[in-house]
Amino acid sequence: MFYREAGDFKTSYEADSQTFPIAFDRWRYWAILAVAYLVIPFVINDYWASALLVPFLIYAIASIGLNILVGYCGQVSLGTGGFMAVGAYACYKLMTSFPDVSIVVHVLLAGGITAMVGTAFGLPSLRIKGFYLAVATLAAQFFLVWLFNKVAWFYNYSASGQINAPERFVFGVPVTGANTSAPAQYLVCLVFLTFCALLARNLTRGTVGRSWMAIRDMDIAAEIIGVNPLKAKLTAFAVSSFFIGIAGALFFSVYLGAVEVGEAFGIQKSFLVLFMVIIGGLGSIFGSFAGAAFLVILPVALKVVGVDLLGWPTDLVAHLQLVIVGGLIMFFLIKEPHGLAQLWRLAKEKLRLWPFPY
Amino acid sequence: MKDTVEPYVTADGRTIGNILMDMRNITLRFGGVEAIKNISFDIREGEIRAIIGPNGAGKSSMLNVISGFYNPQEGEVWFRGEKRPPMKPFQVARQGIARTFQNIALFEGMSVLDNVMTGRLTHMKTGLLAQAVWYGRAAKEETQNREVVERIIDFLEIQAIRKTPVGRLPYGLKKRVELARALAAEPKLLLLDEPMAGMNVEEKEDMSRFILDVNDEFGTTIALIEHDMGVVMDISDRVVVMDYGRKIGDGTPDEVRNNQEVIDAYLGVAHD
Repeated sequence: MFYREAGDFKTSYEADSQTFPIAFDRWRYWAILAVAYLVIPFVINDYWASALLVPFLIYAIASIGLNILVGYCGQVSLGTGGFMAVGAYACYKLMTSFPDVSIVVHVLLAGGITAMVGTAFGLPSLRIKGFYLAVATLAAQFFLVWLFNKVAWFYNYSASGQINAPERFVFGVPVTGANTSAPAQYLVCLVFLTFCALLARNLTRGTVGRSWMAIRDMDIAAEIIGVNPLKAKLTAFAVSSFFIGIAGALFFSVYLGAVEVGEAFGIQKSFLVLFMVIIGGLGSIFGSFAGAAFLVILPVALKVVGVDLLGWPTDLVAHLQLVIVGGLIMFFLIKEPHGLAQLWRLAKEKLRLWPFPY
Repeated sequence: MKDTVEPYVTADGRTIGNILMDMRNITLRFGGVEAIKNISFDIREGEIRAIIGPNGAGKSSMLNVISGFYNPQEGEVWFRGEKRPPMKPFQVARQGIARTFQNIALFEGMSVLDNVMTGRLTHMKTGLLAQAVWYGRAAKEETQNREVVERIIDFLEIQAIRKTPVGRLPYGLKKRVELARALAAEPKLLLLDEPMAGMNVEEKEDMSRFILDVNDEFGTTIALIEHDMGVVMDISDRVVVMDYGRKIGDGTPDEVRNNQEVIDAYLGVAHD
């Protein structure tokens, strides 16, 4: 009814391999983009931006990054927080060292630097797999946080040990610092998210993506048909860290403005992003969005329902959130390893025929 | 060992050319176990070469040596007139050797089309950045290779399951998809490890027909391991027989069939 494939014939291989093969999907995609760019910036206020939209956009970038590594290439990583910290500190050092260069360039460069660091920490993946690799990336997490605390050069020898984003402008509008408006914050993150999502989609649909998935599904067979495992794994680490670094840089400069590394980029952050990827759906770009949205909205929704409507104590609601997330993780791992994205796919398959299934 | 041989034409009109792959005095050990003992044989261009032998004879090990999984302790591997240094499997793949596995080794999470497209990896050259931009070189290359893949999908009659995830397919079709993936690489030498294991008679007939067609239409040289003697004797040009890591026979199906040592290995000998 809502979802028609009939009459939608493909006459070329390009048309067959496009991102949204069904016309309805394509229209919806353009509609969402239009709303995101043309409507939301005019109605957004500080509460919506800082509580929901900006964290969603930034976590979506990080989830896409982690999903490339875990979902597409099958290499488990618990170092996301550490890599986000690399992005944040790289961005900070660049911003303070080269104040005249645009912040956009700095964020991209921060992503590049994180990609290099990520590749270096990805080297053990050539020898170890699964749990052991997870532990190796965990070491990266703790080492990086320790490094940024220990070496004062990274936070420019400030007394508090924090890093603070100086004010920077894009097209004359402040996007970092105290005077940033909600629409500016939102739009900067949205542009970066759009860029990252397109990049991720292009990489995953072609040769590179297929070699990642081949390594994930069966590394021996992948090697026998010509995938260089070294190259495939290291590019996955590099691309993944690039996105995570961008997310870290935005998280620090645009969203928080001031960061203490252990607090903002601790192990909790690694798990949070990993949960987003698992709940959203391993090996799916849409899943990264869904997971990020879900885990950003959940605490806010619980607070609105629990504290504001039902009058429960705040600490009870906070604990309830942990219980729900834990339960959901177990549910998804056992029942639906492909997460929300798979539920969405199944719903679409049903909708194709609904309401006349025969 | 002779380096060049005269091409000849088989009874059914195919031309068998020069030596494509030459295994010289290969010995492979796992610790104290000698899996392959001083074996030499060659594979000629355009022929279907079978390797047979009882369980544990070292047939699969031999295939693994050819495809680069194992590097033999002794002996030389010559491919297309050149001695091959020790290589990783992905380098061997780039030389033009593709294979299928005894236990199907497909990428279960990907569709049939994507599985077969991975077979084209060695022919696709665009780098990471061009891929990220997609429009332009990467998209063009994708379409060109898709055309090759579609011809193979057509050839093996798996058009209907093109978009199906491989995990959902029955066994016989998975075997065929695996053959498609190996063929997509347009290999010079195709290795098939028990392509008919676990199939019923009709599926075996289908598979035999595909193997003969591949050899005939693409001129692909094929080396295969198979247990079904009827099939082996029918489709192969020459047969190597192995037992306990040694080569006990080599020749046309008729020669091998009448070789006393081969008969002993398969039927057993009386001990008196």
